[in-house]
Amino acid sequence: MNSFAGFVIKEFKQIYRDKRTLTVLFGMPIIMLVLFGFAIRNEVTNAQIGILDLSKDEVTRTLIQKLEASSSFQIQAYLESYEEVEGLFRQGNIKEVVVFESDFKEKLIRDNKADIQIITDATDPNLANLVQSYTSNIIRDYVKELNETGEVQKAGLNPQVRMMYNPELRSVNLFVPGLIAVILMLISALMTSISITREKELGNMEILLVSPLKPYHIIIGKVLPYLVLSVVNVVTILVLARFVFQVPFQGSYFLFFTEAILFILTALALGVFISSAANNQQTAMMVSLAGLLLPTVLLSGFIFPVDSMPVPLQIVSHAIPAKWFLIIVRSIMLKGSEFILIWKETAILAGITFFFIALSLKNFKVRLQ
Amino acid sequence: MRTIKFLLRKEFLQIFRNRAMLPILFVMPIIQLLVLSFAATYELKEVDFALIDMDQSHLSRELTAKFQASGYFKLELETFDPSEAQESMNAGNVKMILRIPPDFENNLSSGKQADLQLIIDAVDGSTAGLIQSYSSSILNDLNASKLAELNIETPSPQIQQAKTINVIPQNWYNPDLDYITYMVPGILVVLVSMIGVFLSGMNIVREYEIGTIEQLNVTPIQKYQFMIGKLLPFWVIGMFDLLIGLALARFGFQIPFLGSLTTILVVAGIYLIVLQSLGLLISTLTHTQQQAMFIAWFIMVIFILMGGLFTPIESMPQWAQNLTLANPIAYFIKIMRMVLLKGAGWKEIQFMVYALAAMGSGLLLISINRYKKTTS
Repeated sequence: MNSFAGFVIKEFKQIYRDKRTLTVLFGMPIIMLVLFGFAIRNEVTNAQIGILDLSKDEVTRTLIQKLEASSSFQIQAYLESYEEVEGLFRQGNIKEVVVFESDFKEKLIRDNKADIQIITDATDPNLANLVQSYTSNIIRDYVKELNETGEVQKAGLNPQVRMMYNPELRSVNLFVPGLIAVILMLISALMTSISITREKELGNMEILLVSPLKPYHIIIGKVLPYLVLSVVNVVTILVLARFVFQVPFQGSYFLFFTEAILFILTALALGVFISSAANNQQTAMMVSLAGLLLPTVLLSGFIFPVDSMPVPLQIVSHAIPAKWFLIIVRSIMLKGSEFILIWKETAILAGITFFFIALSLKNFKVRLQ
Repeated sequence: MRTIKFLLRKEFLQIFRNRAMLPILFVMPIIQLLVLSFAATYELKEVDFALIDMDQSHLSRELTAKFQASGYFKLELETFDPSEAQESMNAGNVKMILRIPPDFENNLSSGKQADLQLIIDAVDGSTAGLIQSYSSSILNDLNASKLAELNIETPSPQIQQAKTINVIPQNWYNPDLDYITYMVPGILVVLVSMIGVFLSGMNIVREYEIGTIEQLNVTPIQKYQFMIGKLLPFWVIGMFDLLIGLALARFGFQIPFLGSLTTILVVAGIYLIVLQSLGLLISTLTHTQQQAMFIAWFIMVIFILMGGLFTPIESMPQWAQNLTLANPIAYFIKIMRMVLLKGAGWKEIQFMVYALAAMGSGLLLISINRYKKTTS
């Protein structure tokens, strides 16, 4: 036991001595949260649009003013003809051109009907969709105003929409749990896998193996410092999220930390597993990168909803630990769920963890070659 | 020249000798391109919803049928107990609750407002927004047709006078709003970048860590020869991967190639040098592969997330948009999308290419300068 304590202390020293990496380790969650909190969002603000007004009368002027007044748009160009649209779009800054047909006002008065064409640059379909629906909303409101003077249309369906759990639809509420998962994967899995393969690559593994330490001692000693680091990072993110970004936290902190530690163990187990398979740091790193980070970002529902994926990928996503962790954390933070509601996800996560721990213990070779 | 030739041979031998590396270099990018392109979509598939129909009328059933027929909604739970529906949402089984109060049909046919309630699970804000906009368009359609029916029965001159402005949407370059078309060029950029930054950068720090750098330092190899020997192999591999990726995009995903392929390849060549120099710089600043790796990864995550790949750069606040001016990934993603999807030519992208070239030469100079042929 004494030699084990010594080994653990050596590992801690080795990591905490490297100030550069430590700075990054602690600075990273902060920078990422700030970037995510302020910069990365799906809402559209100040989209640059162009106007092609073939009519130039009072009605179109009012509508243009309404578009300009909205915080979603910024009118960047006034066009004279259709031919200019192509060039503008190609430059890439203008996302939408609103076209008013000629004699707009006359048509509206005479036929009660006029056309507006909304041309979007749909290379980004999501953005195109959003700007288009914002514009239509502004136009619809205007039409309502026009008609209200005549006291029309009281009757009709009147849907009342209530957004549960996240009434302001803030992206940061959604991203924080995902961010915790990504950072934990990064620290726990990547760093462990590299630090173990490093011993192999530098030839120190022989020394460790002939020492009286048992293989599981070596693994635990390697993993422990990163466990501590990860927990500190979870706390940092949580504090920032609560107090800087006012992300709600409805559930129990105890439950949250228990689940977080379970996920850290999963990530550590993955790291150990990768290191038992890889022979040098470069391989370990590329495998963790391609096999862990990208799936954690893309297949877990962090940014893109799992429900939107094709069925085969949804099946694949079941094998991604981060997916289950995300469901758990979102439920705890935003919905205030009790353990009863998330025991299934927890059980799956625990299962994955045990599977990888068992696999890596089996794979961890006591002999070289 | 001969020195470089031998160096290159040594590097290539070293790369291809590592059996574990080969699938990572050539198979993994393809798998990722396939998997990630399909995964990265905001498109809404069937949403499970719960129905609380207190009215049980003709109209309420018609409304429910409309929702189900739209292809976006699937009835998962029908109940009269609001708390049961709420629990189901808490457990994550339904994403929306549609609640129709009693007298719904009566209200509508007697010309009053007919209220109904939509409760949406907004944990994922963008999905919630989509659910809302799809359901309101269903409701609007139904509303219009019901009001028209009402008008025929009890004609009211006022309603016929209502002015309408028709909105005619037109989506250029991607009329079907197909997300894959948009994502594939961006994901290609990310895959190529990883090879650029991680592999070439790690290479030098590895020589340090293992100690072989001293052997290289005592040889008469010049600094620039050494750098070329380190950079060129992964440049070639990166370009090769890009070509495979482009072929897959063209023939597998049917991405339109409106612009010229040569432009893309030239820009990609410059871009790879930028990222490789970045990797080199990182490896001259660090002492172990773990450090280098970690810093490189950190920078890459920020570059990718701020690169406009997943969330539009236009949505960021101004200061963050200014930061992207220093982000090579943002430039290349934008160039790829503009050239491939919109057919932009040299005229539209030249300034971005200049920026990339400036970054590349700057980074390369700094890192060659920092690499000393002496050990301290």
